[in-house]
Amino acid sequence: MDANVKKPEIGQQQDVLLRVNNLKTQFHTGRGILRAVDGISFEVRKGETFALLGESGCGKSMTALSIMRLVPQPAGHIVDGSVLMGDTDLLQLSEMDMRAMRGGRIAMIFQEPQSSLNPVLTIGEQIIESVLCHLPLKRAQAKVRVVELLDAVGIPDPTRRYKEYPHQLSGGMKQRVMIAIALAGEPELLIADEPTTALDVTIQAQVLELLADLQRQTNMAMLFITHDLGVVSNIADRIAVMYAGQIVEQAGRDKFFSEPRHPYTCKLFESLPRANKREESLAVIEGSVPSLLTEFSGCRFADRCDYAWDVCRQSVPRWLGDDETGVRCHRFDEAVDQPVHELIEKVDLAKTQAAPGSDIILSVDKLKVHFPIQKGLLKRTVGYVKAVDGVSLHIAEGHTLALVGESGCGKTTVGKGILQLLKPTSGKVEFNGHNLIALDRKTMRGLRSDIQIIFQDPYSSMNPRMMVKDIIAEGMIAQNTVATRGERDRRIDELLEQVGLPVESKQRYPHEFSGGQRQRICIARALAVNPKLIICDEPTSALDVSVQAQILNLLKELQQRHGLAYLFITHNLSVVEYLAHDVAVMYLGRIVEHGPVKTVFAKPAHPYTEALLSAAPTLDDETQREMIRLEGDLPSPAAPPIGCHFNPRCPKVMDECRSLYPEKVDLDNEHNVRCHLYKTS
Amino acid sequence: MQILGYQLAPLWTDWLVYLLVAAGVGFYLYARRHEHLARPWRQVARRPLAVSAAMVLLVYIVIGLADSIHLQEQRDIANSDAIVFSSEKISVLDIVLTTLRVQEEKTYSAPFAIRSYAKETVELPDGNIVREFPRLVYGGTHLDFASDRSADITAKTLRALIESMLIFVLVIIMLSYFSAKNNSHAFGRQFVLLKRGETDIPWRSLLLTGFIITVVSLILIRLSPYYHVLGTDKVGTDVLYLSLKSIRTGLVIGSLTTLFVLPFALSLGIMAGYFRGRVDDLIQYIYTTLSSIPGVLLIAASVLMIDVYIQNNADQFATIADRADARLLFLCLILGITGWVGLCRLLRGEALKLREIDYIQASQAFGVSHARILSRHILPNVMHIVLITLVLDFSGLVLAEAVLSYIGVGVDPSMISWGNMINGARLEMAREPVVWWSLVAAFIFMFLLVLCANLFSDAVRDAFDPRAC
Repeated sequence: MDANVKKPEIGQQQDVLLRVNNLKTQFHTGRGILRAVDGISFEVRKGETFALLGESGCGKSMTALSIMRLVPQPAGHIVDGSVLMGDTDLLQLSEMDMRAMRGGRIAMIFQEPQSSLNPVLTIGEQIIESVLCHLPLKRAQAKVRVVELLDAVGIPDPTRRYKEYPHQLSGGMKQRVMIAIALAGEPELLIADEPTTALDVTIQAQVLELLADLQRQTNMAMLFITHDLGVVSNIADRIAVMYAGQIVEQAGRDKFFSEPRHPYTCKLFESLPRANKREESLAVIEGSVPSLLTEFSGCRFADRCDYAWDVCRQSVPRWLGDDETGVRCHRFDEAVDQPVHELIEKVDLAKTQAAPGSDIILSVDKLKVHFPIQKGLLKRTVGYVKAVDGVSLHIAEGHTLALVGESGCGKTTVGKGILQLLKPTSGKVEFNGHNLIALDRKTMRGLRSDIQIIFQDPYSSMNPRMMVKDIIAEGMIAQNTVATRGERDRRIDELLEQVGLPVESKQRYPHEFSGGQRQRICIARALAVNPKLIICDEPTSALDVSVQAQILNLLKELQQRHGLAYLFITHNLSVVEYLAHDVAVMYLGRIVEHGPVKTVFAKPAHPYTEALLSAAPTLDDETQREMIRLEGDLPSPAAPPIGCHFNPRCPKVMDECRSLYPEKVDLDNEHNVRCHLYKTS
Repeated sequence: MQILGYQLAPLWTDWLVYLLVAAGVGFYLYARRHEHLARPWRQVARRPLAVSAAMVLLVYIVIGLADSIHLQEQRDIANSDAIVFSSEKISVLDIVLTTLRVQEEKTYSAPFAIRSYAKETVELPDGNIVREFPRLVYGGTHLDFASDRSADITAKTLRALIESMLIFVLVIIMLSYFSAKNNSHAFGRQFVLLKRGETDIPWRSLLLTGFIITVVSLILIRLSPYYHVLGTDKVGTDVLYLSLKSIRTGLVIGSLTTLFVLPFALSLGIMAGYFRGRVDDLIQYIYTTLSSIPGVLLIAASVLMIDVYIQNNADQFATIADRADARLLFLCLILGITGWVGLCRLLRGEALKLREIDYIQASQAFGVSHARILSRHILPNVMHIVLITLVLDFSGLVLAEAVLSYIGVGVDPSMISWGNMINGARLEMAREPVVWWSLVAAFIFMFLLVLCANLFSDAVRDAFDPRAC
């Protein structure tokens, strides 16, 4: 990607634009003082991108809000430190001056473009508001400026878009509008708080490229907040890693990726799923982030660190290094006696991989799920949203099939259609010799124990009013898998143990658990009825990297132990590479490519697969594919393009593609693709 | 069943009130074992304003409950062994307030008056006939001279104050002693904590509210046997007695209506939201139609209907109390039938949202039956909305009773209620000097109840609001 092209080497001499010094932000809660940001210092120089990396709850967003002085009132307070923008201390400014500063010299963009735009104002009005606020322009001039801005952020046909409302734009477009609003005041510093997390990979690539372009043109500095190591590697010049309210490591990009120093950073790298780790289990960081309510007397990471020794638990590590690079860890402190360290050998559980069976247990044939669009008083059907439009796939016993695609392509609907949670319009879902679509409710109920589902959001997938044991028992009761209450209790204990939770947790409520633990409970619930196939609907995308590794390990282990088959629905390609045997790429309700993971990732046949793979940010420059830029967004499934659905965005489009949907072409006996580039002849 | 020469004779609304109390106790026992229900209530119990409001509400409820135990008095009939009961039904509250009840004057008298409000022709002992304000039959009869009145009132008030102070101090000492023992603090330290309001349960607010309640009730207890503290109404009944009797009417309307609202709103609301499709269409048509009928007209028509029914079937209603009670019950029913739409809409919306949530989908994937999903997953997750709506609606219903009785379609004219008190006072507002006390008394009692209910419901809403956690 273009952002990787190094900017002119002026790094060291550049003047400092923003200097944050020992910033402390605290919240007064009912249970004590929560130290969200606990004495962090860093500086951002003109024209550079400084990335603040950390898992959820580490205080990175709160750092951004503290700089903008937008800490939620009245609970939050900035209690110490200074934020120097040039020579002005933002923390000393009056609220009046601070308002001019926000949007003027410092602008901010947020994660959710949907909720950041006012739905009842046209986007033009929303940008012009910001322009008039910060530039001394007349309304007519401002309007011209807005069109310029829309053009600058790459929105096609800006004069027409000016009059459109947010709901008429896609997610990527909305984020572009947000960027235009942020740029309206010609800021020197742009704070971007996870600006691409809610977007698909191809759109993410577009937005990141746009940000890098704009930065080159305006020489604006960027404070980029993210949890995604891949994005950091693409866009950042310098990186600081936050953990539990503190910066634990800071370094320039190259040094950071070539030799991470802090044990936490190292673990983060190791826990990323990658193709070359397929045969082993991922490194996990045990435990969870300590509560920020505690007063720390040692290193905050000590409890989860493989290297920790007495000193780590007794004294707080100091910052070793300068403003440029440094680490907060006793291992690098020469003043501390280093213990003779024995590194624990990584245990390779996965070596004993049982050969997966070859019997097909699920085969889906031309599955269609169409939702009628009804209009008018009589609710006449005027059209259909073809969410799933003729999907065929099959899964063998003990195998994992990954279903990959961008949001809105219908992959979740496929899962629900297979489970008969949504009534398919037509097609066949054959499971163990039964066509599930033709079954009546009663027979279907008997088969439900064989297919289970795990959802994306661990917070909404359990009834908050039920205890864990009741949640796990629900399926067993409905399916009558165990006869007696005592047997059921024993089974619950056994399941909890299998998913790595203490047996006592059955007496507790879901809200007492963290995201990863909840996902474990969901897995236990699905396992309770001894399924043969589990549909995993993005089970790790709501989780942090280190927790994701725990869940992936667990899924893999369970597959080996019980011979489970997974239909793994995801948009995360590195997870696919790590976990899946086969992959099906879905675009707008249809599968465009289907084959073994190794083949598809090595030699993607369909231009869409190619683009998807190239857009996914990776850590190493060597494996980074040449970026294939996709224009535009996913079209609406209510009105798919004529011919090949991908033709308006395809870089290799031919005349044929605009008129005819391509037939399935077998590249070899396992790998097939639907594209006119490959002819049957 | 007979107790001390009385026989229990519950009215229909009494039975329903008992049912509500039983439901309340049942809910308490259930909530105590379920953390997700107990936690918000504990949060409510930690809010000083909420517990003060709850305490005042409790006083109202105790009075209302005392007024909901109806009895028939045993009559001695000469030369007969048969046990015969009076046809008049009186409540426990009536027995407690016997002095107030029986001390009836001829007509209006102002608060603390010792002379009547209207001039009468009186024959003096010497045979002369004069027109003057005669002395009241009960009010202030113990005084020889009218000028002694203020001194007497002050003395009685002071006595009540001193007594309540003594009780207050005693309670504080006992409380500090016991909670010090429980928390293993020193006695003095516990006392300081109490004074600063730093205890977990806001004892300071509770004590202050309790103190004020004690002072007011003791003053009333000391003064009311000798004076009509709030005056008397047109037929000479003590207004304080009327106001206290009205409490039951208000509470019954506010709470019993919910009994009739709940089955409709709950079952229809969550069914509409969960099943969608034709079920939803049907239920939506029902409540849209119902909500398009002007509520007051429907209530007026129904009340007139029940009136006619009562008149035609007078033999079914033994006493005046029975008759008034039937009308009260019917009013609750009608208010319930016209009032379930709002809650039903809310529940439908919530159920629509819930049915798409993952845990419902997960149960469907297990093949759990619809009935079980509705009762185990949807119902517990909409209960907070039910609770919030019911508590918020309560004060609205109390006010609605007053308005409906005022326009003549509320409770029976013979039933004592704030609405009827206001209705009666309306006619006297044009008099000179104004007869203000009925109106003011009804206003104060109603205001206090509604204010406390609102304060309490605010706290309940905050505690149960899922966004707040």
